[in-house]
Amino acid sequence: MMTPVPGVEGFMYPNEVELQWSLLIVLYPYITGLVAGAFILASLERVFRVKAVKPTYRLALLTALAFLLVAPLPLQLHLGHPERSFEMYLTPHRSSAMAMFGFVYLWYLLVVLLAEIWLDYRADIVRMAAVETGWRRWLYRALTLGSMNISEEARAVDDRVGYWITIIGIPSAFLLHGYVGFIFGSVKANAWWSTPLMPIVFLFSAMVSGIAAVMLLYMAAMYMQGKKVDMLCLDTIAKYLFFVFLIDFSLEMLDLVHRIYEADESFRSLDFMVHSRLWTSQVVIQIVLGTCVPLALLAAVLVWRFSETARKRMYVAAGLLTLVGIFAMRWNVVIGGQLFSKSYLGYTSYKLDFATREGLLPAIVLMLLPFAILWALVKLLPPWKPEEGDRDGVCPAAP
Amino acid sequence: MQGRWKDSIHLIRPAAVFLAGLLLFLVVRAYIVPPTFGQYGHYRGAVLDEVRARPVKYAGQETCAGCHVEETEVKGKGKHATVACEACHGPAARHADDPGSMRPMKPEGTALCAGCHEMDTAKPKWFRQVNTKEHMPGMKCTECHAAHSPALH
Ligand code: HEC
Ligand code: HEC
Ligand code: HEC
Ligand code: HEC
Repeated sequence: MMTPVPGVEGFMYPNEVELQWSLLIVLYPYITGLVAGAFILASLERVFRVKAVKPTYRLALLTALAFLLVAPLPLQLHLGHPERSFEMYLTPHRSSAMAMFGFVYLWYLLVVLLAEIWLDYRADIVRMAAVETGWRRWLYRALTLGSMNISEEARAVDDRVGYWITIIGIPSAFLLHGYVGFIFGSVKANAWWSTPLMPIVFLFSAMVSGIAAVMLLYMAAMYMQGKKVDMLCLDTIAKYLFFVFLIDFSLEMLDLVHRIYEADESFRSLDFMVHSRLWTSQVVIQIVLGTCVPLALLAAVLVWRFSETARKRMYVAAGLLTLVGIFAMRWNVVIGGQLFSKSYLGYTSYKLDFATREGLLPAIVLMLLPFAILWALVKLLPPWKPEEGDRDGVCPAAP
Repeated sequence: MQGRWKDSIHLIRPAAVFLAGLLLFLVVRAYIVPPTFGQYGHYRGAVLDEVRARPVKYAGQETCAGCHVEETEVKGKGKHATVACEACHGPAARHADDPGSMRPMKPEGTALCAGCHEMDTAKPKWFRQVNTKEHMPGMKCTECHAAHSPALH
């Protein structure tokens, strides 16, 4: 007879009782997903020339940067020896997917995001370096890297190079988040994770969350500045959100149907888990509230006519629910994958601490941090010009 | 062509910043990564010598057998034949070098035995296990089982 362990039901191997991958590891794919999604939205305008989403182009890039800067922090907090993480750059281990991720991250940050933002903002930076005063002047001067050439021709060159960087950036964004999915999907021993669909499911859910986040941020920014939201832009984003979400949902359902029909040796155990411990977070929050409801709202806008105010309200509701739903999806993957025993004979539970290194408090701080960074970035590199009717601030008139 | 060059030259600057960063990284790397890293594998080659230089703590069963002939023989015939002396008596290399300098611990059986034999579903079924709360409570294991040859005959 074994002494009962609180929270454990049935049989667990000793090393399964306590969850090693905590809430912070839930945040990590959530945050990188927002990065990849925001970037892909930005590339819609740049590469696929969807002019209607132009007002969000720069905001999407800054959002991607703000979240990307925070993305490694949950991992650092999770590590007992964060300073050693630098060693994966010094002595790269080529056979480990996790170890190589550092390079994917750096590539994305330096070669894709920073380069694209710099090229796009260069003319503004040069202009601000001339008109600003005090420390801001010095900052902008440093950011110009010493080149003041913003002639028409130079801008054209920037534009071409930026275009190519975005083209490289799209597969890079796919890589960034597909990779996160791969890290889970390639864990052979874990039936909940191990599926080749994982990278693509992660990728599409990333796009969904990133698009929803930028949509909400755009509305919030316009509201705070007392400007009018560009409805054509908003409707277009919502339409993309709907279609990408539909693909994401289909992929997840494909995975589910496949599991149910295949019903391999893990199925009964996982099925029981979904019907017990994961019922609220998976079925209620992720699938019903976080997927079906926003999909229904977005579909309704496409099918029926609503007033502007009604549409805005529906988008806010759909966006918020989507973000909650995708968070729940990350939670269900990361936490769910550790709740069942690899013997398929028992279940443990996750106890969330509050003010500990991996508790709720640091998670909340880490989730607020990107918004603080974004706020500073928007102050520093305004995505919209203050004047009316300028090229970057307004959508072309609706046809 | 001339104008084209003039209007693209500013791109050299971020490229130079990247290169400078890369160079800095390589310099830092050259200083930080230990010279023998990668000599034999994905670890520091010199670590082998450092490990070799550490004092030996375990003598190994063959060494004990050289002096403790009787215990070795008894154990070798019993069920604990595969359990090494120092698994129960602790590291005893100093004792083996010079028996008078240090005495290996003579474990009080019960806690020691429970460490291996306590009932646990995660252990393989063939391994003999008891629930010490139910199996002859209040007595020392060695009162019935001889530590060196535990089967009851
Ligand atoms: C060079 C011969 C020699 C070797 C090798 C040797 N021993 Fe001993 N051992 C002795 C002698 C002699 C005594 C008795 C010492 C005494 O009573 O002071 C002894 C005593 C012991 C005792 C009893 C201590 C006590 O408190 O009664 C144990 C246990 C023991 N040895 C274990 C070991 C183990 C385990 C090894 C192998 C790592 C080992 N010995 C190797 C010579 C040796
Ligand atoms: C399963 C654990 C175990 C193993 C393996 C083991 N011993 Fe012991 N040994 C004991 C215990 C327990 C005692 C104390 C016995 C007692 O108090 O009745 C003991 C006592 C001794 C003594 C002291 C005997 C005495 O009469 O005081 C010597 C010497 C000894 N062991 C040597 C060895 C040697 C040599 C080996 C390896 C061949 C060995 N032991 C392997 C558990 C073990
Ligand atoms: C280091 C782990 C270890 C320790 C400590 C240990 N044992 Fe064992 N014990 C074993 C192993 C291994 C076997 C052999 C199992 C097999 O081959 O079936 C065994 C077998 C046994 C058996 C089964 C004999 C049979 O007839 O099958 C008994 C009884 C036993 N040990 C009692 C004890 C007692 C009493 C102690 C404490 C003095 C003890 N053991 C300490 C590992 C240990
Ligand atoms: C009163 C005497 C006595 C004491 C004390 C005692 N045992 Fe036993 N033990 C037995 C008997 C009798 C058996 C049954 C032997 C058999 O079936 O071959 C046994 C069997 C075992 C077995 C084998 C169980 C199996 O499934 O075959 C183990 C292991 C064991 N004892 C360990 C211990 C441990 C550990 C202690 C100390 C906590 C201990 N014993 C104390 C008498 C005792």
